[in-house]
Formats: sequence, structure tokens, C-alpha cells
Amino acid sequence: MEPIMALAVGLLYAAAIYMMLRRSIVKLVIGLMLLSNAANLLIFASAGMTRGAPPLIPEGAMAPEGLVADPLPQALILTAIVIAFGVLAFAVVLIHRAYEVVKADDLDQMKETDT
Amino acid sequence: MTLVALPIFIPLLCGALSLLAWRSSLVQRLIGLVGTLALLVVSVMLLLAVREEGHIVMHMGSWQAPFGITLVADLLSAIMVLLTGMMAVAVAIYSLATTSESYERFGYFPLLHLLLAGVAGSFLTGDIFNLYVWFEVMLVASFALLILGGERSQMEGAIKYVTLNLLSSAIFLSAIGLLYGLVGTLNMADIAVKLAQAEHTGMVDVIAVMFMVAFGIKAGAFPLFFWLPASYHTPPVAVSALFAGLLTKVGVYALFRVFTLIFNHTPEFTHQLLLWGAAFTMLTGVLGAAAQFEFRRILSFHIISQIGYMLMGLALFTPLALIGGVFYITHHIIVKTNLFLVSGVAHRLLGSYDLKKLGGLYKERPFLAILFLIPALSLAGLPPLSGFFAKFIIIRAGIEAEAWVVTGVALLVGLLTLYSMIKIWAEAFWKAVPEGVSTERLTGREKDPQLVWMYLPIVLLAACTLLIGLYGQPVYELAEASAAQLMNPSGYIEAVLGTSVSGGAE
Repeated sequence: MEPIMALAVGLLYAAAIYMMLRRSIVKLVIGLMLLSNAANLLIFASAGMTRGAPPLIPEGAMAPEGLVADPLPQALILTAIVIAFGVLAFAVVLIHRAYEVVKADDLDQMKETDT
Repeated sequence: MTLVALPIFIPLLCGALSLLAWRSSLVQRLIGLVGTLALLVVSVMLLLAVREEGHIVMHMGSWQAPFGITLVADLLSAIMVLLTGMMAVAVAIYSLATTSESYERFGYFPLLHLLLAGVAGSFLTGDIFNLYVWFEVMLVASFALLILGGERSQMEGAIKYVTLNLLSSAIFLSAIGLLYGLVGTLNMADIAVKLAQAEHTGMVDVIAVMFMVAFGIKAGAFPLFFWLPASYHTPPVAVSALFAGLLTKVGVYALFRVFTLIFNHTPEFTHQLLLWGAAFTMLTGVLGAAAQFEFRRILSFHIISQIGYMLMGLALFTPLALIGGVFYITHHIIVKTNLFLVSGVAHRLLGSYDLKKLGGLYKERPFLAILFLIPALSLAGLPPLSGFFAKFIIIRAGIEAEAWVVTGVALLVGLLTLYSMIKIWAEAFWKAVPEGVSTERLTGREKDPQLVWMYLPIVLLAACTLLIGLYGQPVYELAEASAAQLMNPSGYIEAVLGTSVSGGAE
């Protein structure tokens, strides 16, 4: 499982960076989405994957027995997904407004504030 | 101690209240003033309490560290929260005169409170993932504030700002994931303990550099600063003043926290890297400013060069250098916000930020000229203003650590900063009003009643600058005590994880 995950995470990062380097602002936002998902998967993978062992405490015991899956990374990912969703919603509205104002889907025409 | 939670709670509450008063601009303004004043009062109380006790720790929901989320205030946090309170009050007063109705209709004041909550939360949290969450709270609020008004330049600036800050967040999040995989905890004190016990592998250095990059983007360090001068001069001036004072400093604070508490095992690698970064940050920032001819853009580039001094304080990693770093942050936040506020007054009087279209301010408004000179000369580091002592400590630390190159750069950058400030002085204040510029507001004898609200925070902040310069001993002692805490993180770790955990059951 881990090698597949590692591959998927790597591919997502690569795709995200590739998309962000394009001139189109739509592709830029797609890149941002991929990037946040790559980070989420990375947390999931790096915390270790334990299959078929839910972190449940048996009746009467004070701690789970044996090796169980770590629930914390999933809580982190859940939080990160919610945050990424909110921020990306903003980013989508922003590029729409920027497109309306600049009348182009091209980062090269948005250099007024540089230099 | 609930005192630690109040600097986060008050802005959140005020934000919610001003959302309830969505239609009434008067009520929102009132909440803005009262709320920021309350934040200032609470932050002063927090600083006094931290000075008594050293560390104040609060476990949220009474979950003991390292399992729950912990709020920790040490001296550095308390100083930063106090500065946040001061800037909040200054900007809230200034906003009375400068926010137009259209900004208020789009939620200027609720966003302002939300931003303050995010900033205060970042300073006070003791949990690395919680830090990420507060960063995002702060970022979302800053995104929305940045595009208030919806002009073309704001959209362009915002795209760069949003992209690079989201990139930084993603790197930060990845680094948290890797770190959790390595040590299995998120509490910063616990991470420090576990990392010290664990075998030191190359992975730790990789994670350290990822944190450095993520926070470096937020702080505006070389070579990651390009979003800053592209966006900071575009929003309404009160917003840029607040951003200039606080947002990059959150990144600097995070670097200070992480590289004194967690990644302090291989300073010959991490801190050396930071040192070179600091030197280049100073140099590129000040050279960028020299090429600019727009009031706020010059100041934006100077934020970058000043960040270099703070990083230099951290990177040298000696007690004196850390004192200098903390002192520099204190001085810089006050001075930089003030300079942006002055630029807003100049814009109000002459209708432009472009130095070519400004002029004659000294002749017509000598009082404003003096108010500009105090922070400007302080930024350049002329005695007896606060910037001189900040630079003096850092450069002395550099000489003692025999870091000749970076010390030389710091001295040179001080000179070039003076050049930039003189440029603004000569163009905006000294020369005559250029032809074709309307001088109605400048020479008009009828009073602009709102100008009082713009002058008041400038006068207060300039007084702070003078006070730190002429009577800097208390500030120096605070910085000294906080540097001692930073150099010796065991106090922080004991306070968070210690057996006699105070305030758990509130």
C-alpha cells in the first residue's frame, strides 16, 4: 500500500506544480487544488497505514489492544480539507472577478503591480 | 488562566457582534474601537502576568498536554500580542476616517477582527497543527481585506498574494505531516522532547528546511518575497498598514519559535542557511526600494529588508543576537505601521502615492513632516530613535559572533535605508508642489474634521518610537528576558508538559 500511496502523492505534487506554472489563472487554481490534496494524502501516508484495526477500546478495557490505526491524522486531514475548501472557494471567486476586471485568462497580462 | 485565551476570544466575539450589526456602520465602528481597546488592555495584563510567572499555559477543554491543544504565552508571545493590540487600536482609530462606506458594506470591520484573532491565535498556540489553522484564519481574512474595493491592481496583487500564501500553507501542511510521521505528536513542546531523544537523521533537516521555506514565504524572506511588493501597496491604506505591521511578523515569529524550540540541534546547517538568507533579504529588499518611486511600494520593499535584520538576530543564535531580534521586531512593527499611516495622510492631502505627484508637504504641514521624520529616521537607524538601538544590538551581536559579511551587509543596508527615506523626504515633503496637482485639500483653509482621526494614531505611535529610543531600558530588559527563555527552551517544555500543570481545570 505504501509504495502506491507514495507514487500517488508524488504524482499529485508534480501535477500541481506543473499546473501552477502555466499562464492561465484557471489552471493556476486547479494546481492549488491538487496541491492541497497532495498535502492531505502525504499526511495520511506519512502517519503510517494500518489496515483492518480500528482504534476502538474493547469493553472494560482502558486502552485499545495491540496495534490500531492512528485516528489523529484523519482528523488533521478532515480539518485541512475543510480549510482548503473554504480557501479554494475564495480563490475561484477571485479569479472570476479578476477575469471580469482584466478581461483575460492570462497571468502575463497581470503584471501592472510588479516591478 | 483564562487570560491566555482572551486575546483570541475578544476579536472573535467582536467579529461576530459586528456581523450582527451588519447594517449599522456606527455600531460596527463602535465595536471596532471598544474591541481593539479591550484587546490592548488584555494584552498588557497578559504581558504583566507573563513577566511575573514566566509562562502561562492553558489546556483547552482540560485535555492534558500533549493530547489536547495547548495555549502557551511566554514573553515573546506576550510581546507580540501586545504589539498586535497596539496596532489594532491605531488602525481602528485610523479607519474611522479612511474606510469609505463601500468597504464597510463588504464587511471591513468583521474581517479586521477576524484577522486580529488569527494573528493573536498564531502567537499564542502551543500546537503546530493549531498554528496552521490560525494561519489560515488570518490568511482568509487578509485575502478578503486585500480585495476590498475591487480595483484592477488589487485583483492582480491578490492573485499573487493568494497563490504564494496557499503554496506556503501546503508546504507547511506537508511538513507537519512528515513531522508527525517522525515523532507522532503535534504539541510543540512534546515534539522538541521527542526530537531530542530520537536519532538525528537527514529527515529532520529536510523537515526543518520545509518549515523554513513555508515560514520564509510568509515572512517575506529572500528569495520568497515577490508576492509582498506586488500586493501590499494595493489595498486601502489602513489595511496595508496593518498587513505591513503584523502579517509578515507572524512568519518571523513562527521562525523564531520553531528554530529555537524544535530545530535547534544542527545550527551549523539550519541557522547558517538562515544567516545567508538574512543577508540576501536585507540587500535585495533595500536595493528594490531604491529603484521605486511610489510611497507605499518603497515602504513595502523596506519591510523585506527589515525582515532580514530580524532573521539575522535569529540566525546568529547567540543570546545577544536574540535580544536584538526581539527588540527589532518590537521597534519595526510600530515604525512600519506608522509610516504607512503617514503615507495615507499624504494621499489624503494630495490624492496620490506617486512621489512625482507629491510635494510641498513640509511647507504646508510642518507637523506632519515631523511625524514622518520620527519613524523614517528611526527606520534608518539614527540615534536617539528606537531603530538605532535595535540595529546597534544586532550589529554588535554580529561582530561578537565574527560574522563579518552579514554584519557588513547590515551596516550598508542601514545607509541605503537612509537614502530611501531621504528620497521620500525630498520628493514628498521638501520640493514644491508639482504643476497640475490639485492643492485644494493641502492649502484649503476649511478644516477636514476627519484628519484628527488620522493624526491621532500617528502621534501615538511616533510617541512610542521616541519613548523606546529615549527610555529603552524596560524594552531592552523585556527583550533580554524573552531571549533568555528562547535560548533555554526547557522552561517552555516544563511549563507545557510539567507535572504541576496550572489552570487545567478552569
